[in-house]
Amino acid sequence: MSRVNEQRGGRLHGLWALTNRELKKWYKEPLLLLVSVVQPVIWMGLFGKAMNLGAVFASNPGISQFAGQIMKQTFGTSDYFSFMAMGMISFVVLFTTMFSGMSIVWDRRLGFLNKVLSTPVSRGVIIFSKVLSATLRAIFQAAIVLMVALLFGLQLSSNFNPINILGVFAVIFLICIGLSSLFLLMAIRSTKWETPMAVANLVNLPLMFASNAFFPTKMMPEWLQLIAQINPLTYTTDAVRQLLIYNMNATQLLIDFTYLGVFAAVISTVGIGLSLRYLGK
Amino acid sequence: MSDEVIKAEGLTKVFNKSLTAVDHVNFSVKEGEIFGFLGPNGAGKTTTINMLITVLKPTEGTASLLGYDIVKEAHNVRNVIGVVPQEYTADEDLTGYENVILCADLYGIPRDVSRKRAIDLLELVELTAFKDKKVSTYSGGMRRRLELAAGLINRPRVMFLDEPTLGLDVQTRTATWNYIKLLKKEYGMTLFMTTHYLEEADALCDRVAIIDHGKIVAKGSPEELKNNLGGDIITLSIQENADITGLVERVEHVKEVKQQNGAYLIKAENGEVTAPLIIDALRKEGYAVTRLSLAKPTLNEVYLDYTGKSFRDNEESREGFVRQRMTLRRARGR
Repeated sequence: MSRVNEQRGGRLHGLWALTNRELKKWYKEPLLLLVSVVQPVIWMGLFGKAMNLGAVFASNPGISQFAGQIMKQTFGTSDYFSFMAMGMISFVVLFTTMFSGMSIVWDRRLGFLNKVLSTPVSRGVIIFSKVLSATLRAIFQAAIVLMVALLFGLQLSSNFNPINILGVFAVIFLICIGLSSLFLLMAIRSTKWETPMAVANLVNLPLMFASNAFFPTKMMPEWLQLIAQINPLTYTTDAVRQLLIYNMNATQLLIDFTYLGVFAAVISTVGIGLSLRYLGK
Repeated sequence: MSDEVIKAEGLTKVFNKSLTAVDHVNFSVKEGEIFGFLGPNGAGKTTTINMLITVLKPTEGTASLLGYDIVKEAHNVRNVIGVVPQEYTADEDLTGYENVILCADLYGIPRDVSRKRAIDLLELVELTAFKDKKVSTYSGGMRRRLELAAGLINRPRVMFLDEPTLGLDVQTRTATWNYIKLLKKEYGMTLFMTTHYLEEADALCDRVAIIDHGKIVAKGSPEELKNNLGGDIITLSIQENADITGLVERVEHVKEVKQQNGAYLIKAENGEVTAPLIIDALRKEGYAVTRLSLAKPTLNEVYLDYTGKSFRDNEESREGFVRQRMTLRRARGR
């Protein structure tokens, strides 16, 4: 019978089908898509423009000439908005991977997971499709943030090279793979949406604020600096800044990439490995 | 190869080392038949199916499907089975057609084949007109049909149906039975289904196993099971106020006589033949029969006889309860 021939497609068959299923739900729902695009815009517009730290100094004409220097010393750029906009990329990546990684709870609850488990799709593909769809979504969101930042007047560094954009996406890819594996692992055993969500929320805020996303770590108390130094979001944000708004420090960038690479490799191996064990029972 | 498509030997599943959901179950399913697992909620039906479709690993015992071991050769098993789960698994945000194609992709069926198949299957379950509508607009019966179509996309040799009509109204249920029969005829496969509707088992299954507390308590065709019960029930009243128990008991084929509310309940084999014999015997002694009715036992009586109770709806796990509620809600189209 032709059955044997037709049901091939390598070990990876079904990967795109499952990934696309997640993505389709999102890009075919105009409202959802709109909200996910508008949300970072609002954040940036309100937060970034309202917290205009530069204005604190500019109000006094006597010191305004030093203001630029102080800003530059503190934030590495004289424009706080540019500084913060890059932090916003980490922020968006963090929340998008969290929501997408947890969609597996619904698959379990609605019986879809059992259905997929009874098909010849490999277990690894089921897990990896989740990580991949979360990553793709986050990359898309980050791209929007970047475009909006440019529209709002992001000040690129003087030696910016368009090729650096590719570097930015490489950074985002690495952090997304790591984070979505982590969130997937949190959710995989759960049959309820609430539990992993509570844990994720507990983890998210510290991850966000104990990083250099909104404020430079060197001005934080020491204990906080310690946390920030192991926080992958710090490296993400720094790498993006190096690539776009700072005068690039190649050594620092290399450190960022190495750290993120190791983070992605370790967390995804552990996360995907454990998820595989917990998938069935 | 024998004609046994599914063979389970001592199949057991223990959850969390304490809850025995399926307890050393043995059964075999023959090629081409519809085999039904009948039992109350929480009896272990779905757990058994989940082991057979390789979603759960048995704690003990084994089963094979077309000769493939469900643990060691799980991949081969997955290729030859189709599954229609208890829940509605179709994605609400996608159209019916997209859902069937998604299923095809999971089996690695090339698009040129799957497109045509999807259209044929949707035609068969009469969803052609709705194939490009989102599943969220479907009714319960339509969703069930979509699941049936999706479960057939890989031309399975064995099809598993878990509570195929859960939450459907009586009319839709009967219609769904017809679709199941039609699909079986069209594709000629072996069907394994679970149900807690007795009429469903009676209407569809060639053979059933009654499962309770994880154990199989009875096996056989619905006819056999009903006959094992001891035959038909004849209810009879006479004009005279007299005890005729001894008299009736002497009639051929009569197995048991009980008096209840002024009438006699007579258990007898082959009721159609026995009833006239009883009337004759009574007339000969001068008694006048005023009323007589004959009832064939249904699976309901069989069921009560073996499990000693009616359905236990409340002993289910919370998760199962939530899932079922969700399924029911969707069946009603919210």
